[in-house]
Amino acid sequence: MTAADRSEVCVIACAEAFRGNGEILAAPIGIIPTIAVRLARHTFEPRLLVTDGEAYIVRGTWAVGSVPEGAVESWLPYRSVFDVVWRGNRHVMMTPSQIDAFGNANISAIGSHARPKAQLLGVRGAPGNTVCHPTSYWVPRHATRVFTPKVDMVSGVGYDNAVKAGPAATRYQQLWRVVSNLASFDWDPGSHRLRLLSVHPGVNVDQVVQATGFDLVIPDDVPVTREPTTEELQLIRDVIDPHGARYREVPA
Amino acid sequence: MTEEDVVGRLRPGMTIGIGGWGSRRKPMSLVRAILRSGLTGLTVVSYGGPDVGLLCAAGKVKKLVFGFVSLDSIPLDPLFRAARQQGRIEVAEYDEGMVQLGLYAAATRVPFLPTRAGLGSLVVDTNPGLRMVVDPYGGEELIAMPALKLDAALVHMNRADEQGNAQFLGPDPYFDDLMCAAADEAYVSCEQIVPTEELTKVAHPVTVRISRMLVTGVIEAPNGAHFTSCVPDYGRDEAFQRAYVEAAGEPGRWAAFSRRFLEGSEADYQRAVAALPAGREAS
Repeated sequence: MTAADRSEVCVIACAEAFRGNGEILAAPIGIIPTIAVRLARHTFEPRLLVTDGEAYIVRGTWAVGSVPEGAVESWLPYRSVFDVVWRGNRHVMMTPSQIDAFGNANISAIGSHARPKAQLLGVRGAPGNTVCHPTSYWVPRHATRVFTPKVDMVSGVGYDNAVKAGPAATRYQQLWRVVSNLASFDWDPGSHRLRLLSVHPGVNVDQVVQATGFDLVIPDDVPVTREPTTEELQLIRDVIDPHGARYREVPA
Repeated sequence: MTEEDVVGRLRPGMTIGIGGWGSRRKPMSLVRAILRSGLTGLTVVSYGGPDVGLLCAAGKVKKLVFGFVSLDSIPLDPLFRAARQQGRIEVAEYDEGMVQLGLYAAATRVPFLPTRAGLGSLVVDTNPGLRMVVDPYGGEELIAMPALKLDAALVHMNRADEQGNAQFLGPDPYFDDLMCAAADEAYVSCEQIVPTEELTKVAHPVTVRISRMLVTGVIEAPNGAHFTSCVPDYGRDEAFQRAYVEAAGEPGRWAAFSRRFLEGSEADYQRAVAALPAGREAS
């Protein structure tokens, strides 16, 4: 078997974000987070709940882009998703167009709100997600225009803005991880600024710093993101992503 | 009723809720009827899909109340983007859960419902009318999401009876019953009108999500959600949706697409769609 490539390391780094989550709804947005959650559930985090992308929570492990074959274990129409969000039994991994040091994330629009330069999706559930349950982010192309000193607008709420909004916003907030194609991050508990957690194999700290538009918290020793095990590689290549959908996000 | 009957009962400046979600089970035949009408100045509340893009492009929308606009298999709607980027519409952008609470507040006749969703985000920064409420029992300050009262709701269901009991047969009811309950008048289009006893002959009664007490009128509109999905009756017409997006990106092509599909009656639309060779692109 050939060694793991970058996309496969990213799968593992995203999967690791869900380690220890237990019996909660894992809500990945994007291809690599979706592969990651299925891998985590298949291996080290078997109690996770995963949807079919429509209204059913399903068991089993199936390929991205195909129909799940596992048993439907419960019904989760959009009407009920927010009950789960507000109750807190969920961990979302979203893909921001911009993210800053405090974890403010923009998926809504670039430019001014009154007349955006580029209209994106809209806030979707990001404001509620980020103050109600664990939130992680996935950035397939790490660059200064994504990791920006200031987001144009706040869709996902960062630590500083939650503090400004008061205890109702901070009470359940849990910004968890950022995974990019270069590295993994969490937030420094003291300063609430983004902290480098590990660099992916073949990436050095300087490359990450150069591609980030704000100062990171960088520990003295930055470990290398772990490589997939043989079992994990087989799972990615043969079962969950046999057609290489992951390369649409992180080219080989 | 017909689509034209419904549009005849709507007035310029109304607030209209549109059912479905993204590019799924949208009341597209009713939307197309609005495109052909003289209605303008509408406030539209939608879990947005191509309904929003089409209405914006036709100049029908004064204000959009939304959490997102997406075509699902294609992330963004170019007509909606153009309307925003040219500053042609006002918006009230809310977390999608806030939209649900606003509809629920309207449906249950309370002025607001409290929520954490939106705190610290652009929702507060860009909705200057949004007020806070202090928990009278604890003291935390939450957002008071105002009731989103609708003058009319338009939804598309799989089946309905003549009286307005309406059924979804796909996996998700979306927010359609809530839209109806939040509205003064609700119009339900459906794939097929059937006798009441047919509704639950095979399907569980829970699928009859909308009761006739919420419904003003029923329209039989086979293929009425096209090109959005209406499973299990039909999936999304992905080729047509791609053609919509490609045409929408270029004014010249959009004019041709509109002439071909949107300027005639609903029957003309359905004929034009049926005439497309299977698997061929629509433009």
